[in-house]
This record gives sequence, C-alpha cells and structure tokens, in this order.
Amino acid sequence: MTLGIVVFPGSNCDRDVQWAAEGCLGISSRFLWHEDRDLSGLDAVVIPGGFSYGDYLRCGAIARFAPVLQEVVRFAEAGGPVLGICNGFQVLTELGLLPGALTRNEHLHFVCETSELTVQPGSCRWLKGYSNGELLRFPIAHGEGRYQIEADQLPVLEANGQVVLRYRHNPNGSVADVAGICNPAGNVLGLMPHPERACDPATGGIDGQRLLAALLG
Amino acid sequence: MPSSAPQPDYPLDAALKKENLSRADYDEICRRLGRAPNRAELGMFGVMWSEHCCYRNSRPLLAGFPTSGPRILVGPGENAGVVDLGEGQRLAFKIESHNHPSAVEPFQGAATGVGGILRDIFTMGARPIALLNALRFGPLDDPRNVGLMEGVVAGIAHYGNCVGVPTVGGEVAFDPSYSGNPLVNAMALGLMETDQIVCSGAEGVGYPVVYVGSTTGRDGMGGASFASAELTEASLDDRPAVQVGDPFLEKGLIEACLEAFQTGDVVAAQDMGAAGLTCSCSEMAAKGGLGIELDLDRVPAREQGMTAYEFLLSESQERMLFVVRPGREDALMARFSRWGLQAAVVGRVLQENVVRVLQHGQVAAEVPASALADDTPINHHELLAEPPAAIQAHWRWSESDLPTAGAAGINGLSWSEVLLALLDDPTIASKRWVYRQYDHQVQANTVVPPGGADAAVVRLRPQQGEGSLSAAKRGVAAVVDCPNRWVALDPERGGMAAVAEAARNLSCVGAEPLAITDNLNFPSPETPTGYWQLAMACRGLSVACTALGTPVTGGNVSLYNETRLPDGAMQPIHPTPVVGMVGLVHDLGRLCGLAWREPGDAIWLLGVPLAEARDPRVSLAATSYLERLHGQVTGRPPLTDLDLETAVQAAVRSAIAGGLLASAHDLSDGGLGVAAAECCIASGLGASLDLPSPADAHRLDRLLFAEGGARILVSVSAAQAGAWQQVLDAAAAALPAQRLGVVSADPTLAIRAGDQELLQVPVSRLVSVFEQAIPRRMASGIPPTA
Repeated sequence: MTLGIVVFPGSNCDRDVQWAAEGCLGISSRFLWHEDRDLSGLDAVVIPGGFSYGDYLRCGAIARFAPVLQEVVRFAEAGGPVLGICNGFQVLTELGLLPGALTRNEHLHFVCETSELTVQPGSCRWLKGYSNGELLRFPIAHGEGRYQIEADQLPVLEANGQVVLRYRHNPNGSVADVAGICNPAGNVLGLMPHPERACDPATGGIDGQRLLAALLG
Repeated sequence: MPSSAPQPDYPLDAALKKENLSRADYDEICRRLGRAPNRAELGMFGVMWSEHCCYRNSRPLLAGFPTSGPRILVGPGENAGVVDLGEGQRLAFKIESHNHPSAVEPFQGAATGVGGILRDIFTMGARPIALLNALRFGPLDDPRNVGLMEGVVAGIAHYGNCVGVPTVGGEVAFDPSYSGNPLVNAMALGLMETDQIVCSGAEGVGYPVVYVGSTTGRDGMGGASFASAELTEASLDDRPAVQVGDPFLEKGLIEACLEAFQTGDVVAAQDMGAAGLTCSCSEMAAKGGLGIELDLDRVPAREQGMTAYEFLLSESQERMLFVVRPGREDALMARFSRWGLQAAVVGRVLQENVVRVLQHGQVAAEVPASALADDTPINHHELLAEPPAAIQAHWRWSESDLPTAGAAGINGLSWSEVLLALLDDPTIASKRWVYRQYDHQVQANTVVPPGGADAAVVRLRPQQGEGSLSAAKRGVAAVVDCPNRWVALDPERGGMAAVAEAARNLSCVGAEPLAITDNLNFPSPETPTGYWQLAMACRGLSVACTALGTPVTGGNVSLYNETRLPDGAMQPIHPTPVVGMVGLVHDLGRLCGLAWREPGDAIWLLGVPLAEARDPRVSLAATSYLERLHGQVTGRPPLTDLDLETAVQAAVRSAIAGGLLASAHDLSDGGLGVAAAECCIASGLGASLDLPSPADAHRLDRLLFAEGGARILVSVSAAQAGAWQQVLDAAAAALPAQRLGVVSADPTLAIRAGDQELLQVPVSRLVSVFEQAIPRRMASGIPPTA
C-alpha cells in the first residue's frame, strides 16, 4: 500500500499528509512533483492543501494543467482512489473530477478552527470506516471553501448520495452545508476539512485516521 | 557655518532631505570618500545610516544588554539569533517591525513584515516552524482603526497561511496613542536544518556572487529611510515605499535555499530586506573584510530603464544574495529554476574592501564597505537626570485618590459588572477574531494552539530528514509580551515587567525560558522624554534579562512612531519594547494549560499574597481597572521583584514537570478577577473563591484587580494535593502561596472576601462578553482589501 502525494511549488500540507500517513498510520508514501508523470506502483493519490501555483488567478485554475494531474485524471478514471484536501478539493473541481466550485468564504475571512461534521459515507471508498450519521471533528483552514453548484445540480448530488460530509455549523456559507463530496463511482473524494490534521492525538484528535487508513484493508 | 565639503552635481539640500541625512552626515561622507558622493552613493549612505539599518540613536543603549550564555550560539548582529536546544537541535528566532508600512498600506505592510522576518530565519539555514505577532491599534470605536486592524490581520493571514508556517501566538492591545500609527511586530522561529549556521560575511576572493529569488523593481524605494521618519497625513503619498509581497515565491525560496545550504556550496547568505542590494552587499563585504563587485546589468529586473539608484535602493521582496563556491553556481542556479525562481551570477568577491557597482560598463558607485557599514554615525542624546515632570506627576497618584470600594462595588457598579466591563476591554478580551484567521496548525506540530495556554507550544519534529517521521518528545514554547501602559508610566519598571511576564508565561506551560529577541517600538528619540523612555526601558530589559538568565540575541529598533496631527501637535505612541521569548519544553507529556481541569481541584495563588498588608509590589496604579473603570492612565506601576519572579517561576516549572499542576495561568491585565474568569472561560467550569478579608475594607478593588506581584493562579487535583503540599512546605517563605478555593462543577465564578459576597457571574455570561468584545466592534468596519 503506497500513497502518492502531489507536490506543487505552493503545496504546504504535503509533508503533513506524509506525517499522518507514515508517522501516524504506518502507510508508505511517495511525493509526486507537479512535473512528474510516473504514478506506477501507487495505490491511491492525495492532492494536499496549500496554494498550488500561488492561486492568484483562481484556486486550482492553473494547477489543473500540471503534467502530474493529467496522469491523476487517468488514474481516477480507471477507478484509482483519489483524495483532494482543501486546495486539493479546489483542484478536483477545476479538473472536472468533481462537480461544483469553491468560492471565497461568505464572511470574506480565512478561517482556521475545528469543525464538526456529519458523515454519510454512501458508496465512498474513502469513508467506509465511518458509520452513517457519525459525528466527526476535523480542523478546517481555508479562505475559499464556500461550495457552490448550479441550483438544478444540487438535487442530483443529493439523490446520488454524493454529499458525504456536511458541517454542523456552516463556517463559510457553503450551499447545503457541504464540506465534502464524492464522485458517483465512490473513488474520488474532495473535502475542505483536513483529515490529515486529525490523525495525531498530540495535535488534533484522531477522527481522520480511519479516512486515510480506509485503503489499508 | 558654510560647509567645506565638496559640492555635488545635484541639488544637495533636496537630496539630503530625501535621504533623511544631515549636513553633518554629508560632511562625514565626503571625508570618508575623499570626494563628493554621486547621487546613487548618497542614497546608499541614506539607507545604511538610517536608524533602521545602523541603530544610530539606540546603539549605545543596546550595548548594555546581556548577550551571552551557555545556550547562545549566535547573538546580535547576524540575521537572527540562534540558541542550542541540546540533542543536536538549534533554534533560530527573531522579531522585526513593519509599523510605518502598515500605517499607510495595512495589508501589504503587514504581509511583507511576515515575509521579511521569515527570510531572516531561513537565511541562517533554519526552516521556519512558527510565527507570532505583536500588534497595537487605536481604539476600535474609530472606523479607521477598525480598517487598519482588518487589513493588518488579513495581510498577516495572507502571507503566513500561504507560505505554510503556522501562526501560533501573539498579543494585541489597544490605546489611543496608536491611532494612525499601529504597531506590527512579527516574530519567527526556525529549526536549523544545516550542520553549519549560514552567516553573512563574504569569503573567498573571486568567488561568484549569486542573486536568487524574485526580480528587482521600483517597489519599496527608500523603505528604510521611510521607516525612520515620523508619520503625517502626507505619508499616504509614500505608499510606493511599501513593498508588495508574494508568499508563493517565498515558499519556493525557503525550499530552494534550504536545499542549496545542504550542499555546502553557499559560503555566505544575506537576505535583501531594508535597503535591498545596498545593504546586502555592504553588510556581506564589511562583515567578511572583503569587497563585492555588483553588475546591475545582470540583476534580474522586472521593469526596464531602472537607474542605478533605483536598483540599489529597491526593496522588492523575496530576494537573497549568496557567495558561492566557484564552479558550483550552475548547479545551484538550476535548483532555484526548478522552483520557478530567478537566479543569476551578478558579481564577485573582491580582495579590496569596496562595494563597486557597475552599470552599462561603467562604475555607477564605488564606496569602501567599511565607510558604509562600520563606525556609522551615532546621534548622541543627553539623558535626563530625573524623570520628566509629567511622569513625576503621574507617580504622585495614589489609591486613596479613588472613591471607596466596599463589598457593593464602586461608582454604582457591582463587582460583577466591573469584571464584565474588563472582559469587554478589547485589550483583555478573546483574540479569537484575530487568530481564527491564521492557519495555526500547518506543519502538524502545534501542540498548544492560540488561546489554550499562556504560551504557544510547537513540537520539535523536523519537517524533513532525520526524525521527521517519528513523534518528538520535546517542544519549543514562545510568547510576545509588552505591558505598554506600564512602560508609558515607568519605562524602566515596564521594561522589567515585559521580560518577567514573558518568562512567567513560558513557565506557566512548563517551558524553561532560554533567550529573548526584542522589538523596541518608540517615539522620536530626539525629544528629552523620548530618549529618556528609550534609555530607561533598555535598562529595565537588561536588568530583568540578566536576573532571569534570558540573554538578548538580537531584535529590531523602530523609532519615530508618532503621528503629526492635523493641528500640528505630535502624538507619540506608548513606548512599546516588545519582548519575544523562547523556551524549551523538555517533555510534551507534561504540559500545562490555563483551563481548569476537574471540579474539586484546589485553586492556589502563588506570588505576593492577597491583602495581608500594603505591599509595594502590587498596585492599582497603571492597571487596566484604573483605565477602564476610572478613565485614568496614571500612577507608578509596581516594581517587579525579580527574586520572587525567579522563585515562583522555577517552582511552577518544577511542579509541572512533576505532574503536580492541573492548570496554570499568570495574572496580568485585570489581576486576579480577570485571571480567574479566563480559567473558567477556557474550561466551562466554575470556581468558588474565598479571599482573605483585606486590611482595608474600603479598598476591595485592590483585592480583585490590582496588578503585579509575580502572581500565578494554579489548580491542583486531589490526587496531587499531598505532593503539592510537600513542595510548599519545602519552599516555605521562598514560595508564597495561598489556597483560594476550588474548581466547581456549577458553571459560576463566585468570589467572596471574608463573609462578604463580592461577585457571582455565570460562566456563560463571562464567555459571551469575552468572545464578543472584538467581533461586535469589528462588525461596523469595512471589509478587508484583499
């Protein structure tokens, strides 16, 4: 079991994901530089948080053209598990692997705190370790995490069971309290909260361990 | 008297005014050069001889600081101080101000302040692991101050969050003296990743000089000179002197620099902060006793047609200068290209001790490095023999000037209402509105986040390489502190208190205080009072640092923090010597927070006991209570008893190490009443306190809200009560301690004195006032600009 961790010049949670995977859970990992194309030997790919290429245009808008991501799209389309955290979620929506978009928080401020989430795992492979309706505590840290989608598409997402994570107390104005969504096939998950910051009892609880460890067994 | 110095070929008076140089400076420059400086050279002297770069007003005072100790590896003079943490780990840390830029352009001013202090850290070969900041604003009932605070906090958040360094702590205070001249001090900590500490002195004659990072543009022209002048309405026209930061570039610069330093190919490094290329070249040359030749035609420029003057004085951000081993420059530059950064060989090291600047094949400037950087002029000021009259008048205030204060309260307010009024003071209230905007968790090492304890704690787990994938047992704690009201009323006592409080805060989490970095934010030193404040505050800092064993490893001086009001009067800030202190946590398993832990735990007050008799170490003078409830900033703050501080702090650290304490919180603004309320707020638990009857039944405010006395409020579980009692018995008189009450499951803070009830407030009420004080004031403000 080896996890690929995408690294853009502006990624800043890449090492945190490595720490959560290797340091806290004993899952081996490999960094994927944004210019790389070699995904061989990987069982899953994580696009971590950060600011990819600076995000001056729009979060993730430039990152979608990165060579490594062309390979990640192929990997996902072949059924490979892909996880986008925070900026990684933004990138997944820009890539079209997940619907909708993340925009500036409603109150316009960056927000860093612990959020309470309810999980409805459905067919999401990343969330199979959680029970339906379970309450989780994950840290959030973002300025552009307000999930938006066309009004007529939201019922489709809901009907498909793709809204797998919701905030109990909406911190950013996301439609329908959306914190994370999954693709219909269940292999691609994007979420604004940081599960990798909830794997270490010394710093932020352990509610995220089952998410990153989902692919172990 | 007409000057005998040679006349230049440009209008001299206007040029001197622009460079903030005096006629005497000009004469000295001519003497050192043996000729008149050309315009570019004059600009180089202007920035190098500013207070910002050469401490021309404060240097004699800084010389009195203790700067050495067993753990000090690098003291003042390099980009940052470095302390030895043992077990092969070394910590670089420093604080720096960005006050003037933030006053005119709060978002970019604050953002680039963060970028600048980070470069000071990683230039040494250390990876930044934490940021803190100390901020001062005018009152939030003025929309201008609300806008400044919005912009400053958003700017710090923008840069720190993007660059991936957690902002883990800080302090924010408000006073009318900061209206129009906010203070923005940023502190950074870094863990050394290289075996050798990278220093700035050039070596190796003929070695290539390599420029890396961002391009050079016309932004930030003359920022160092700008930072060393007072602010006026016209200062808004100086916005071009404020730089624009790019944290994304800086993120790459951190990675590329640390990679480059690992190779050992970089023999010297200097970041380009204030005074840009001028400062980096002359510092590297002067420190190495060599020279540097710089070819401006090879400097990566972001606009065309820049003059030598503009190249030399640009403060474009995210740039560094290296001296590199010959033959290694191509491999080094490739590293930077991989991160999307500029890299170019722009010059070479010379045997001759000059800074020689070439442009278009001609010498555009040539100045002996020592003429710029060594023996820089000192502005001598006379120290007042006794305190200024206004200060002496404040010192005559006494508590008996206040109305009587019995059990019912004061001025028609109950003690419950007084406590709530203090919790509503933005200086005391929760800073959640601020730190919620900072990513305080990135790097996955933040063990104690903002608001959790008296100091932030970061685990000492490296971000890469050896040890990065195993949980570390040790941590570093850090705080920034300055009781500016005390300093304004007695700079010497205030300076001592700043150091004592910082050490007390570290001790309350269980950390051993190691060393400080200081940021001296002061008004003009050219008035007798201004210089007296600076001199006395430095004396206070020195005395306390010596007594507490925390040497000064460097810092920053920011003078001329004053605003010329429209009517022409000058409004100086409170003198604000911010102390940034770091401490070592030997065992992260034995940390202490400020929240009560369990109902039934005993609550003890350490330090000067309550109420037995008048004690000069505790007073209502200069307190938050006096300002907030009586509208007076007056009185003489109490003298810090450094022996008592040492004893109390050592006892608390040792008790935390032994696992005896459930919580610890120091008494600061608002005294016992506020400290007890904060422990309740943080835990959601109540407390029932029985204070001794005071000697003076009409001075109950002294019991509740007096400040000073090296005091710490701790709680002890029933299981540890016996061991704690043994500690107290063994220490006897050396550790004054009073048992005040117990933590209660009933969420109410109840305080009695003798048989009289003083106050009783539901914790939910404490929480709502404490948490809403800043948000409700900000709500009327304008949204951030970016």
